Amino acid sequence: MKTIIKNAQIYLDGKLEAKELLIDDKRIARIAEKISDKADNIIDAAGACVFPGFIDIHTHLRDPGHTYKEDISSGTQSAARGGFTSICAMPNTDPVTDNIASVEYIQLRAKEHGSARVYVIGALTKQSKGEEISEMATMKSGGIVAVSDDGWCVQNARLMLSCLRYAANFDIPVIIHPEDYALAGNGQINSGRVSTRIGLSGITALAEEVIIARDIMLAESAGARLHIAHISTARSLQLVREAKERGLPVTCEVTPHHLVLTDEACLNFDTNTKMKPPLRCENDRLACVQALKDGLIDCIATDHAPHADFEKEREYDHAPFGIIGFETAFGILYDRLVKSEAIELSTLVDNLSIKPARVLNLPGGEIKIGVKADLTIIDLNASTTHTKENILSKSKNTPWLDQAIASRVKCTMKSGIITYRDE
Amino acid sequence: MEPQFSGRNVFDLDDYTREDILHILEAAKGMKEINLREYKKIPTLKGKTICTLFVENSTRTRMSFELAANRLSADVVSFQASVSALQKGESLQDTVYTLNAMGIDLYCLRHSSPGSPQLVHKYSGKPVINGGDGRHAHPTQALLDIYSIWEKKGDLNGLKITIVGDILNSRVVRSNLIGMAKLGASVTVCGPKTLMPGSMENVYDCKVEYDLPRALQDADVVMGLRMQLERMSEGLFPSLEEYSKHYVLSNRTLKYAKPDALIMHPGPMNRGVEILPEIADGEHSVIVEQVANGVAVRMALMFLILSGKA
Repeated sequence: MKTIIKNAQIYLDGKLEAKELLIDDKRIARIAEKISDKADNIIDAAGACVFPGFIDIHTHLRDPGHTYKEDISSGTQSAARGGFTSICAMPNTDPVTDNIASVEYIQLRAKEHGSARVYVIGALTKQSKGEEISEMATMKSGGIVAVSDDGWCVQNARLMLSCLRYAANFDIPVIIHPEDYALAGNGQINSGRVSTRIGLSGITALAEEVIIARDIMLAESAGARLHIAHISTARSLQLVREAKERGLPVTCEVTPHHLVLTDEACLNFDTNTKMKPPLRCENDRLACVQALKDGLIDCIATDHAPHADFEKEREYDHAPFGIIGFETAFGILYDRLVKSEAIELSTLVDNLSIKPARVLNLPGGEIKIGVKADLTIIDLNASTTHTKENILSKSKNTPWLDQAIASRVKCTMKSGIITYRDE
Repeated sequence: MEPQFSGRNVFDLDDYTREDILHILEAAKGMKEINLREYKKIPTLKGKTICTLFVENSTRTRMSFELAANRLSADVVSFQASVSALQKGESLQDTVYTLNAMGIDLYCLRHSSPGSPQLVHKYSGKPVINGGDGRHAHPTQALLDIYSIWEKKGDLNGLKITIVGDILNSRVVRSNLIGMAKLGASVTVCGPKTLMPGSMENVYDCKVEYDLPRALQDADVVMGLRMQLERMSEGLFPSLEEYSKHYVLSNRTLKYAKPDALIMHPGPMNRGVEILPEIADGEHSVIVEQVANGVAVRMALMFLILSGKA
């Protein structure tokens, strides 16, 4: 089957070029000024841009166990609406993805119902309890791309060292959710001016920073690949910079919300401003934007964390942590950072495509001849208003509900098959 | 223009201007006169229904609200629940929907979660008086504190007010800092560093001192705060004895304040920990009067919000 995309600006090597693109048998076959082959499908992308399908290495699909929040079908549809074609599922499901059978369940469901490729991240410790090493080598043979206890953090440094040495043995990247429980305490939002003002317990930046410092040292000793999830403070970034300067295989990601929001957003007690790590202060946000620009941050990841309305619609300190992220990720960053010229469009696109692919050594992330046609077509001049009615995730917990955001995803395709189309 | 109060929420004092606060104080003065009569009741709020919704226990504050409502002839219903009961069963949202169906005109809420008064208003569409939400705010306590100072000193402008104790966990301090600053007082907060929130001077118009004699220097008003035993198990201070040694309000430490400094405490007191009886029961103490003023201030707010008059 042949598809031609016409009248588009195609993202090639960091630049937009007015070209046409031919997809033949699921792969990108040709990119040229003019393609006049006979095709089964012609997509007129007038006014829009064609980007490589986005890749999200940090997502929670809630399947199995919490399918009232999300499942693999709804989660990947939501991903496709956000322009994503490949996503990585974190293991904090119920049961925890800490064994080969659980890995295969997700892979099977994704193959049958998935509107995106789903890669599985296995648990670092059994049931992510932070007590015993998981069967990560077996899970690796089943296809996991990394291990993580995301949502939790191994507090015992001796066990963490052991996990890192074991993961290094089998060449499995370890993703950490850096949080010292004792320092974080019962914190609800960032510890700072806002927590002082509204009396919600604070989570000190130190809770994140001391674990990053610890795990960089442990990973160095173990010879392990360390990836730091959702980095959020200026000092954390400094620790990563020092590690990289010493040549250590340490990488990190940042979420869209930590790039555009601060704890000031918590002042109105909207529980869609509650997540871990918490929204930090402006100084930290600016450090994240700068680190994204200068390449210290390795990629953007959404930490898509669905929760049902009845869970979020309650007292701030009783609501769960987390917000959904697929459908707003590109738009909010394009709207708030690219349009204001804080970052280049290419920085945004690369950090959502080729760069996350490199972090976990995944295929995709580029438009070039011969690769699978994972693409997303986005109109930068249109806008999107996300409402409870049109969001495709089962959950609607986003701080940007009912706000017009610049750009609009028109179409997403995985291996040349359309997974989302703006009707 | 006359301040407008009809249907207003009292989440915290930052929504209230200096003129609003002075208007409330004047109204409270009238209410206090009623409370001193032999027949302590006026028919103003006859036919109105006020709900005291106490998700966190506080017998004294609830009695103060209920007495205030009774003296204005409103019907009062009381809902008491522990947070744990609410967590197990009904959500706050469903609780408010249920109460609202019974025709409540005004809610007085006490809750351990900051921001819960905003939720009760959102779910009910009715005005809410915040009777304390976690560590966030306690505007009626602040108003009664301000009233007590205003009544004795005439004006808060230029007064030096020192508040001593567990600032970190105090909603009373937070609301007082906002209200007192609006009336021109300069406020110093004092306590050990482990019980002091960060960035206080950036968030509030206040001064921070860790040394009690320095904090009390030339104070016109001194307020002690209750020291909770559980702060010890939280690792915030070592013992009541050591705390008391450095931060107790006594004749010895009060000599740094002005000789006629007003002594206040929101209660309940730990005599011997944050305040000695010689001070609590001394001639400049208004601690008991604060309680009486609390009823008057709450009557004033209920009257202003529900009577439809300015």
